[in-house]
Amino acid sequence: MYPREFDYVAPASLDEAFGALGDDSKVMSGGMSLLPLMKMRLFSPATVVDIGRIPGLDAIEDSGDHISVGALVRHADTATSDLIKANAAALATAASLTGDVQVRNRGTTCGSLAHADVAADQPAAVIALGATMFAQSASGTREIAASDFFVDAMTSALRSDEILTGIRFPKAGPGEGSAYDKLGRRGGRSDYAVAGVAAWVKKSNGSIEDARVAVTGVGTKPTLAAGVAEALIGSDGSDAAVKSAAEKAIDGITVLEDLYGSVEYKSHLAKVYVARAVKAALANAG
Amino acid sequence: MQVSMTVNGGEVSGDVEARTLLVHFIRENLHLTGTHVGCESGYCGACTVILDSKPVKSCSMLAVQAEGSSITTIEGLASNGELHPVQEGFWERHGLQCGFCTPGMIMSSVALLEENDNPSEAEIRHSIEGNLCRCTGYHNIVKAVEYAGAKVRGEEPPPPDWEEGS
Amino acid sequence: MTIGVFGTSVKRTEDPALIRGQGLFVDDIKRDNEAAAAFVRSPFAHAKITSIDKSAAEALPGVQAVYTADDVRSLGPLLAQVPIGKLRPLLADGVVKHVGEAVAMVVADNAATARDGADAVFVDYDPLKVVVDPEYAATNEALVHDDLESNIIHTWEEGDAEAVQALADREDTVVTSVKMVNQRLIPTAIEPRGVLAEWQHGYDRVTLHSTTQQPHAVAGALALTFGLPGVSSARVIAPEVGGGFGRGLNVYAEEMLAVFASRELGRPVRWIETRSEASKSTTHGRGWAATATIVSEPDGNFLAYSLVGVADMGAYSQNFSVAIPVLGQFTMPGQYKWDAIYWKMDCVHTHTPTVDAYRGAGRPETSFYVERAVDTAARDLGMDPIELRKKNFFQPEDFPAATLIGMSMDSGDYGGNLDVLVEKADIAGLRAMQETARAEGRYFGVGIATFVEACGLAPSGFADAGVSWAGYGLPSAFNESAVVRVHPDASVTVVTGTGPTGQGHETVWSQIASDRLGIPMERITVVHGDTKDTPMGIGTGGSRSAAVGGVAVAIAADRTKEKAAKVAAHLLEASEEDIVFADNGAHVAGSPDKNVPWTDIAATAYQPHKMPEGMEAGLDMTAFFDPSNLTWPYGSHVAVVEVDPETGDVELLKYVAVDDCGNIINPMIVGGQLHGGITQGIGQALLEAAVFDDEGTLITSTLTDYPIPTATDVPSFDLHKTTTPTDANPLGVKGIGEAGTIVSTPTIVNAVVDALSPLGIKHIEMPLRPRRVWEAMQEARA
Repeated sequence: MYPREFDYVAPASLDEAFGALGDDSKVMSGGMSLLPLMKMRLFSPATVVDIGRIPGLDAIEDSGDHISVGALVRHADTATSDLIKANAAALATAASLTGDVQVRNRGTTCGSLAHADVAADQPAAVIALGATMFAQSASGTREIAASDFFVDAMTSALRSDEILTGIRFPKAGPGEGSAYDKLGRRGGRSDYAVAGVAAWVKKSNGSIEDARVAVTGVGTKPTLAAGVAEALIGSDGSDAAVKSAAEKAIDGITVLEDLYGSVEYKSHLAKVYVARAVKAALANAG
Repeated sequence: MQVSMTVNGGEVSGDVEARTLLVHFIRENLHLTGTHVGCESGYCGACTVILDSKPVKSCSMLAVQAEGSSITTIEGLASNGELHPVQEGFWERHGLQCGFCTPGMIMSSVALLEENDNPSEAEIRHSIEGNLCRCTGYHNIVKAVEYAGAKVRGEEPPPPDWEEGS
Repeated sequence: MTIGVFGTSVKRTEDPALIRGQGLFVDDIKRDNEAAAAFVRSPFAHAKITSIDKSAAEALPGVQAVYTADDVRSLGPLLAQVPIGKLRPLLADGVVKHVGEAVAMVVADNAATARDGADAVFVDYDPLKVVVDPEYAATNEALVHDDLESNIIHTWEEGDAEAVQALADREDTVVTSVKMVNQRLIPTAIEPRGVLAEWQHGYDRVTLHSTTQQPHAVAGALALTFGLPGVSSARVIAPEVGGGFGRGLNVYAEEMLAVFASRELGRPVRWIETRSEASKSTTHGRGWAATATIVSEPDGNFLAYSLVGVADMGAYSQNFSVAIPVLGQFTMPGQYKWDAIYWKMDCVHTHTPTVDAYRGAGRPETSFYVERAVDTAARDLGMDPIELRKKNFFQPEDFPAATLIGMSMDSGDYGGNLDVLVEKADIAGLRAMQETARAEGRYFGVGIATFVEACGLAPSGFADAGVSWAGYGLPSAFNESAVVRVHPDASVTVVTGTGPTGQGHETVWSQIASDRLGIPMERITVVHGDTKDTPMGIGTGGSRSAAVGGVAVAIAADRTKEKAAKVAAHLLEASEEDIVFADNGAHVAGSPDKNVPWTDIAATAYQPHKMPEGMEAGLDMTAFFDPSNLTWPYGSHVAVVEVDPETGDVELLKYVAVDDCGNIINPMIVGGQLHGGITQGIGQALLEAAVFDDEGTLITSTLTDYPIPTATDVPSFDLHKTTTPTDANPLGVKGIGEAGTIVSTPTIVNAVVDALSPLGIKHIEMPLRPRRVWEAMQEARA
């Protein structure tokens, strides 16, 4: 219940924040993932860099053909933003299913992404949306594709001197739609994902012109299910086509057993939820 | 480290360690012990307070993170001795038993009604999903919030659903 | 002005403080100069301690002391009320026997520093062979304690195995046999345990605040452990307690150790449990593996029932330990008439935390087994589960009904109660919905379970049967006490020995006193939970408080009223027999104008010169009540579920209950007990399990991995009642605290199995998480 002692830094600017980052430091935005670990002393950084007071990072912005979400945008804002709901339903839904009311009021979308929990919801959504992640450091900004951002359990592509200052993804064009669905650990959609799937599709002339599908919860990291998209593209999006594509849900994914599912069950769930998410995305596609 | 914030309408400040959680600052420094600690992982919600109009878990925040914010705890709800409608609802509809989760449960319910004074049962349940209660089975908590919603709207609350008689 | 009429939903008197955040729980009570304790706990389930290095911890600024077994060995082990099996050393002495066992205690100036100190104690372990599975433990292939000859520390056995077998062997009988696990649970009251110990040097007295349901037992254990002059030197206070559920029906090492540290350091010492600590240092519940067998005739006439298995006790025996299964023995036959019965339960040690009382304590386990077995028998026999139950129930004319387990059940109309459920829940309509759903390929289930509970523990003679219950130096008895004191201003103090943890005793006891005395509830204060002020009480548990403690209040109130009637008669110049109490005063029967207010009666009762000749002053009466029998509440519940055919996810759509707990004092409170109880039983059925890996590590030690129901996991409940009073006590009340928990678990499992019965599924082990359900469906489809 009491974290180990640490140094606390609350920089007023990103430059100050970069200066405070070191080998044994940790960036905190909402703290919803970090503080419980610190309280249980499962993780004890020497320095906590609280970016919560840096101005300019809390906006959801419409930049014409893209939407950007700043580092301090909270889950509740992501979930209720009309802009995100209209253009990136997968992310709005995933944010609405993250934690509970209180967690959504403090935790941030980017914080959840940087934390890279294997069973978190929003990572799947940003992969499916083809988002770009902005990894900023004193030496500049790296743009990382969401599909390359999640490296392993609790490990992202961020270097220790970098901060995820925001993400950006394309707005929904004609015929495009996305969705997220999951089985939660408490059943229904409650709690972390036993298996969660985000799907993005682009329809054109009665067939699927493009698609991206990402799976979370079942393996070591949220993963792009490339085989599913491949099978979907060019198909008519019929239930049969979706079901057939869903069979490829775990291609290339190392499925792990845990308290909530065997390898067999989680593999099965991935397929079920790929089908559900793709169908919902097709329904959402204008 | 020095922190200062507004708690229940009054300016407060104190000297804390970086690792001092907001809930500990509220309980130990301010002696407001109505805000409870029931877990470590941030699941139980007994520590819920309203921070800048939003319910948050004060066990999952550092006191220093709350610098400059405005906080309402359970002790700040009743005004001039008059119960808040949600407090009244919990009493009228038997929304509590042991009372340990109650302050957090009430704070989440107050925040809900401030956003939506006529929530459906599903919306009420969703809003208190982050507050665990082991005594009531939530049934009468839902009824308590429905009672309070009616009071806030200026309507007659629905009657209790228990049958009288021995 | 509220006269607390019996049978009315009076608002709770406990609530005004609690809803304002003014209720004082242990951690809310502060003392000057207090120190805080933290524990070093074992990461191993079974290991030799080869060394403990406390130097780094002792060197930390703010750390006052680090204690190990060497410091506390002379205090002896933690006492148990039923001391059978291995008792727990206060701190592990050379060897650890479960993950989370306390190895050292660090006391520091504040809690954070104490935690830092605990992290700085370095313990070396040499791991030993671990026994986790209770069935494996029962084989004695490996011993949990090498100084005990067997892991089986006690065996409960009753009935006639040969008679059951003879019936099973008859060619014309149908034998239904199901092996089932009633899994281990973590009670998870929302307030973690906590203690505040204050040793008073010079007096050699101690005051201990603790989250307990039985302060008198804790006082008894303190007096014996610390060699105090007597229990009167140990004052134990249970302030507001944030949930009991059996975890507070115990005496814990941390209570003794905090007192020890306070004595050593001369400072108040506080310890507040963390949640992950609670999952290992506070008792668990359930943990049975057993086979239930029903022998019936083809027409559904039940002949015999047996239940044989093992009950996990964990590594150490604490409060009740082996006595928990015997509570289940009482209700093992269910509500059914059998020609033969057999019950055998081996109580075994394993390298896991202690298992003890958890809401229902033994009765949910045996009720689960019989109700699951009856539903399974209905499928084997091709009969409707409702008709099969009604055919074999004890009938109203059978009461008092003698069971083959040696009990006499007080009263009941089991079939009538089930009929009310059939009507209120519209079972016929639900079955029609099921037919439609099945035609659409959906898995829609309607599950019914019924139960009878043994409450109101108990005629004190029970304490001399089977095992000794006197381990804290307390009287071996189960009576409860009350004092009703009418003050000179006619306000009232009711003192009770019960230990409420949210049940509303303050309200209900003052309601009883108000009902009896005619004094408004606003003028009645209930005192509980402080051994200094309360006469001997056993505590709260086993749905006994109203049926034993509440009755004691009524009797004490009646005695007080009897004396007051003499005073009133004197003042009204009437005959004592004609005095009627009502409206905060007394009047002469038939002449309401001839009255005297309670304030005059009470004032007179404290002025000898104004009282009847020869009468002693004071209006203060004590009662001890010992019931003539257990009470036997019962009921019928139904759950409606739908299972996702693709994922195995269970959705609970509807829950209807008809309960009979005898006379009801406060319907609102009875309903609340049912809602919470049903939800806890649903938790066992669908969500909760204490899971250990092969090394004995508890992998469900936080609320993240031990999911108790939230508001979105359960529906609102539809409650109804029937009323069959008991004659075991003068109020006719039976008990309701555990009823919901007992019956909702088999109700839910019966519903899920019913939903999946088209697949031929007969049983799925709890909790019915999607994974388990899907695996069962896969197996059935293969």
